[in-house]
Amino acid sequence: MVKQRAQRGWEWLIERAIQVAGAVAIIFVLMIFVFLLRDALPVFKATTARELLAGKDWLPTAEPPRFGFLPLVLGSLYVTIGALALAMPLGLACAAFISEVAPRWMKEVLKPGVEVLATVPSVVFGFLGLLLVGPWLADVLNLPVGLFAALGSLMLAFMAMPTIVSVSEDAIRSVPAALRENSLALGATQWQTIWRVVLPAARSGIIAGVLLGVGRAIGETMTVLMVTGNAAVIPEGLKGLLRPVRTLTATIAGEMGETVVGSPHYHALFAMGLILFLIAFLTNTIADAAIRRSGRLGR
Amino acid sequence: MSESNTDRPIEQPEGEIKIETRGLNLFYDAFRALTDINVAIPARQITALIGPSGCGKSSFLRCLNRMNDLIDDARVEGDVLLDGGSIYEDDTDVAQLRKRVGMVFQTPNPFPMSIYDNVAYGPRLHGFGGRDSLGEVVEKSLRGAALWDEVKDNLRKSALDLSGGQQQRLSIARVLAVGPDVLLMDEPCSALDPTATFRIEELMLELMERYTIVIVTHNMYQASRVSQHTGFFLLGELIEYGSTVGIFENPKDQRTDDYVRGRFG
Ligand SMILES: Nc1ncnc2c1ncn2[C@@H]1O[C@H](COP(=O)(O)OP(=O)(O)OP(=O)(O)O)[C@@H](O)[C@H]1O
Ligand SMILES: [Mg+2]
Repeated sequence: MVKQRAQRGWEWLIERAIQVAGAVAIIFVLMIFVFLLRDALPVFKATTARELLAGKDWLPTAEPPRFGFLPLVLGSLYVTIGALALAMPLGLACAAFISEVAPRWMKEVLKPGVEVLATVPSVVFGFLGLLLVGPWLADVLNLPVGLFAALGSLMLAFMAMPTIVSVSEDAIRSVPAALRENSLALGATQWQTIWRVVLPAARSGIIAGVLLGVGRAIGETMTVLMVTGNAAVIPEGLKGLLRPVRTLTATIAGEMGETVVGSPHYHALFAMGLILFLIAFLTNTIADAAIRRSGRLGR
Repeated sequence: MSESNTDRPIEQPEGEIKIETRGLNLFYDAFRALTDINVAIPARQITALIGPSGCGKSSFLRCLNRMNDLIDDARVEGDVLLDGGSIYEDDTDVAQLRKRVGMVFQTPNPFPMSIYDNVAYGPRLHGFGGRDSLGEVVEKSLRGAALWDEVKDNLRKSALDLSGGQQQRLSIARVLAVGPDVLLMDEPCSALDPTATFRIEELMLELMERYTIVIVTHNMYQASRVSQHTGFFLLGELIEYGSTVGIFENPKDQRTDDYVRGRFG
């Protein structure tokens, strides 16, 4: 009796603790949002929403200053989408190879190897891109400068890959062996089985892996700051991938130290932070919906 | 071995032979799971395999469509002939073989897709040649597996929402859609209630007209109800093989007798 009551008290305590922890997480996110909003909104004393979102020039120190985010937003989009386009197919192929095709000893080497890649600091990737890959690519592709959007994408893809590979490989490996057997027993080849049964069955884990990887890419600052050339110009067409760009994160990191606290420039940088926050929030929401939707047939 | 295979009461059936094994041995690493199996399986009849748990029935079945290839340390010796041709040649197209020799597993495992896509899976792989459209193949297969009436209005529903018995019939439909000649069934009813079991047995008797069926079962009644031939396995050896009536009513080996009677109570 007494023991039972003690147990119930204990459970009550644990439940409350979990509730508090959950509430704290939500409160933190809200506080970040409010904080960003407070320092971002005053930018409208110096400019209009229209100029911010559609203005083609980012000249915060000119007279009068011009606060157009468009080149930076597009720069971020180019670099991130480029990174996604590289990292997703490569990461998936790599994960499928490790879990489905590679012999056991190779698995045991490759998986930890890839995971170690995830711990390489981003500045190292920036360094490699700046001094090695960039000049080499510029030479091969005959480019005027060795710092451009696609180089940022490439470096980010390298950084996103380990997460994508590791998380999707876990998801692929946890697909029940019986499903593979069933597919093979119907006369499917190994590749048909991977493509038509294993990957679809692992899709929610794969989506999660891709998003985690891309999450790292979107938020990444140091590497892109070092290798994308930092030119706040609007990239045009596919060719824009081979020209210097500048991303939102690189702008914030590069300029925050040089602005006067409370100046319109300062507030404009916070507005960028707010935009990044909203993008992250949106991707997560969309991803959540995607996972839930793809889960429905799987249930 | 104490007795040679030829002394065994192994009575090869007459008429058209679909599958024949010759000196078939199976090893898992050093463990010999099947010893020198020589058996001929008649075409368009039902052959039941019985025997205590762990005696090698599933292992034997998996030799017939080379599913043991998937197990790293499994090794096959001897030969298996399908329509007179070896399936263990170096250049055997294993996917093509499994298309001809379909398998229904003990636990149904629908793919996490719709009912329709599950049945269409095989035809889509192999490019369904015939005159029928994919939709017709799916309908025919579901009818063949006695599932059509229950699912015809919900073909887009997830196959995972079906009951266990329905899922097992879906597995059968999925195999039928590929158009095999042989159906290997490994305890297909072990997870089913008597009604669902009865339906699957009825189904097997219908399918027998066109397919050669080999079924593993622990249910003696089932073996005697549906099969024309029965093989009794013990510790990886085929102890006795012959007509089902003979095996159940007049077994020649004492061990078969013990097993069959023990199970009958
Ligand atoms: N993948 C494997 N690796 C090693 N040994 C195995 C493997 N599969 C089966 N065996 C062994 O082979 C023997 C025969 O197993 P099998 O599954 O063929 O028996 P079974 O007659 O189907 O039994 P049950 O009626 O319980 O299904 C058993 O001793 C089992 O331990
Ligand atoms: Mg078995």
